[in-house]
Amino acid sequence: MEDRVILRVGAKILIPHILLFALYVQFHGDYGPGGGFQAGVIFASAFILYALIYGLAHAKRVLPLGFASFCAALGVVIYAGVGVATLLKGGVFLEYGVLRHDPVHGQELGILLVELGVFTTVFGSMVAFFYSFTGRRKSRS
Amino acid sequence: MTAVALLRIRNLFAVVMLAGIYSLLSAGLFTVMDAVDVAFTEAAVGAGISTVLMLGTLALVGRKEKAPDRHPVLPLFVVLVTGAALVYGSLDMPPFGDPDNPIHQHVAPRYLEESGEEIGVPNVVTSVLASYRGYDTMGETTVIFTAVVGVLLLMATRRRRWTEEGKGDDDGG
Repeated sequence: MEDRVILRVGAKILIPHILLFALYVQFHGDYGPGGGFQAGVIFASAFILYALIYGLAHAKRVLPLGFASFCAALGVVIYAGVGVATLLKGGVFLEYGVLRHDPVHGQELGILLVELGVFTTVFGSMVAFFYSFTGRRKSRS
Repeated sequence: MTAVALLRIRNLFAVVMLAGIYSLLSAGLFTVMDAVDVAFTEAAVGAGISTVLMLGTLALVGRKEKAPDRHPVLPLFVVLVTGAALVYGSLDMPPFGDPDNPIHQHVAPRYLEESGEEIGVPNVVTSVLASYRGYDTMGETTVIFTAVVGVLLLMATRRRRWTEEGKGDDDGG
């Protein structure tokens, strides 16, 4: 689809808004519908759109497969790291209340970090899925 | 109706499109039932990403499904028996929508009434997912991670072996 001008320009206009909307869903998840999972999917869909319109090679230059799978692992580390941090602070695993002096603030911080972990994992996984499914040639032609 | 069409059609491209429509319809259904978070997920994952992934798979496997060579009597029997057992089990369930049901009496009132003060997050779904049920969400995150590890292992190693086998006619993929 390299020569479709309307698609290329349209995608160029859409992609920043998709990214911004994903971040909105991520950080507004405390107040409205949404959260790390949905935000991660939307964020990944922006890169998938880019790969569909501009080709997989260009997308892989922006976001290599290695980085996507690194993100998938990093999110789990963030999530579990929050749990370990609460352990070190003297609480139970994933007991966010001990992260700050005020338990309610600790809960908010914990949820924010944990959602960030979910976001990173989902984003990295979706991009990696897409790369590995589309990057593969037809086996028997 | 969409689901029946999904089962009957042998053109896989149409099946993928219908699956996307089915997801979008369920997302609308969830919105009607006031489950916006679930609807959001269904619309983003079911109608969006999985359609793209299935299209990518279609590009690999071709778009025609093989016609079955015999009539599946035994699977139909197994499915019917299982379905009958499930329906029989559901007869013992409490009546649908009754406010006295156990599910509305156990932890749900506490989540609804006190999560605002305890967690400080207005969206109860978020506080239940990330805080009260933090272990479950961590398990889900790990499941996604495991899935990506599996996909990468399957897809990447297989291709490398092919490249080694077909050294002569390989043009660097």
